[in-house]
Amino acid sequence: MRGSAPSGEAGREGVPRRRDQGRLGAWLDERSGWRRLMSTALDEPVPGGARWPYVLGSGLLFIFINQVVTGVFLSLYYVPSADHAHTTVSYIQKVVAAGGFLRSLHSYGSSFMIVLLMLHLAQTYVYGAYKNRRELLWLMGCFLFLLVLGMSFTGYLLPWDQKAYFATAVGTNIVSEVPGIGGSLKVLLRGGNEMGTLTLSRFFMLHVFLLPGLIFAAVAAHVFLFRKAGAAGPPLPAAGLQKLPREPFFPAQVFRDFVFGIGLIVMLGALAHYRPTSLGPAANPADATYLPRPEWYYLPAFQWLKYWHGPTSVFGIVVLPGLVFAALFGLPFIDRSAERRPRRRPVALGSLLLVFATLVFLGYRSGADDRGDPAVRTKLAAQEEAERQFAAAPFEPEESLGVRGATIPPQPASLTSEAAKGALLFESESCSGCHGPAGRGGDGLFQLGDLGKRFSIEQLAALLRKPRPDMEQGGMQAVQLKDEELRDVIAFLLSPARLTGNPKPNQP
Amino acid sequence: MNEPAPAPKESVPTRRSFFGVLVGSISTVVGALMAVPLLRFALHPLFDSTSGTDWFPLGSPEEFGGADPVRAEVSFRKTDGWRVSQVKQTVWVTHDSSGQLRVLSGTCPHLGCVAVWRDDQKSFVCPCHKGTFAKDGERLAGPPPRGLDPLPVKVEGGKLWVKYQYFRQLVAQREVVG
Repeated sequence: MRGSAPSGEAGREGVPRRRDQGRLGAWLDERSGWRRLMSTALDEPVPGGARWPYVLGSGLLFIFINQVVTGVFLSLYYVPSADHAHTTVSYIQKVVAAGGFLRSLHSYGSSFMIVLLMLHLAQTYVYGAYKNRRELLWLMGCFLFLLVLGMSFTGYLLPWDQKAYFATAVGTNIVSEVPGIGGSLKVLLRGGNEMGTLTLSRFFMLHVFLLPGLIFAAVAAHVFLFRKAGAAGPPLPAAGLQKLPREPFFPAQVFRDFVFGIGLIVMLGALAHYRPTSLGPAANPADATYLPRPEWYYLPAFQWLKYWHGPTSVFGIVVLPGLVFAALFGLPFIDRSAERRPRRRPVALGSLLLVFATLVFLGYRSGADDRGDPAVRTKLAAQEEAERQFAAAPFEPEESLGVRGATIPPQPASLTSEAAKGALLFESESCSGCHGPAGRGGDGLFQLGDLGKRFSIEQLAALLRKPRPDMEQGGMQAVQLKDEELRDVIAFLLSPARLTGNPKPNQP
Repeated sequence: MNEPAPAPKESVPTRRSFFGVLVGSISTVVGALMAVPLLRFALHPLFDSTSGTDWFPLGSPEEFGGADPVRAEVSFRKTDGWRVSQVKQTVWVTHDSSGQLRVLSGTCPHLGCVAVWRDDQKSFVCPCHKGTFAKDGERLAGPPPRGLDPLPVKVEGGKLWVKYQYFRQLVAQREVVG
């Protein structure tokens, strides 16, 4: 087939041509050369024939395609702004048909990517498949590894729930450890000193445009370099490898890749269907009590940070991980022996096991630390419960004024102007951090009940100016406001609308 | 370069084409299965019935006893995907031929401009393309395919209430779309 110009009926000798590849196929081939492309793609010789361990790279590609497709669809409803991100994700999750399922596919897909990536990397490492002029191929793979980690880190923030917000707040703080430019780096990453809507825009741009673009390019380069170098085959000495029979990539290896890919998709679909991913309450930056925990694959790194404080932290947080990644990238330049058999490479295998054992140990310790501390355990359980409750609650659309000059709908009980000012102060003075929104409590928070039943205005003013010792013990501080501001806060605290209605003061 | 080794006459192309068909057909099935949630997700607005409006009080019916139609603005909460917004629309309170109160949507069924009552012509005129309608909303002249659309009304608690609706434009048969 190859080489001869396919011209319709010609070239019939030898292999009988199938009818469906007849005239239309020839017409397309003359214009596109697709047959040559297909045979280049499918007839790649695999030394020693098809094997199951080779399916991991194709598996990654399957999941990446899943991420791209589900991600594109999720963007139909998602809005990357601190005001709307959480509402729109909640809308996707609770209202849109199949929304929870697609979001779960996307979210579990990221975990699948990480697992497959680790396995693909380990397989290449153990088989010594980075040797024999495959330095660029390996470097491109390492680059893809970083890109995928970047994707999971930036994607994690986008739902803008408590866990996303606080995990990213911690994650972005780490870069300030970088000597010299750390502070600027953090501001650059966050789009400001603090986490905010600009952080979300930046992460969205990275997650949806820049990193995927780089991944597409890097995957193309990775596959190109792989084909250029040829399949590495089993870990044998060069002489043995030469003697192995060669089998084309199609059908045997394609079939294995395909079965694996289908298996992955089925697993992912089952997981997304039976254990849909959760969404917690909207991020509340004033909540000083939230305990952030990252996604499972970042737990080892999270635990690692606990061991470094003071002047040595630069070493532990920046230098040491930097060296590990440098060793990873530089591996084909460091390990220059041609030996590929794992048994003959004790140092290489030993270091892999050491790194892997360290990661597992750190991850285990992180879980054990949390379980061992009763206060942490209760708080984490409370956070999980709050997340479950939010997930079970019906969707609440966002109130928006829409048309300019429209009248605000009458509310069951509305705030006086004094109380409305007080409500703003209640937020800005971070009262809601400990007392929940409008003082209505929440998990582990100090709820302010119907204060009018217990205190007069004067008593309340006195308490706010000088809290009782038991209040101080709970973390209450004396309020440092002007007298008229204090009056507004008290008007808000005593307002019946605070406990019943929707006393959001965000509509002037 | 490697040859695809067509040496063993029949068996290789058969095995290769068998796998080709197998992989192709399983891909089609799995792809079709995956397409179901994707389509449901993307087509959700077609089947979403959560939009709709509330009854709005226009005032006591006696206020609208005059001979000429009276313009009123209704304001209601409208669900717009993940948000609800306050929307204002113009309606005309008028009477039908038997003298019954009737509330017309001000939106011209042609291309959606707001028709206004012209005292000098004793008819509604759409400022965009000169569609004209009688006092009870019936079409008189111009490009609109039908008359102005009457809205559901009720009198309750001594007040005239209206429920605002959106209608499909450019069709002769009235069809509520939200």
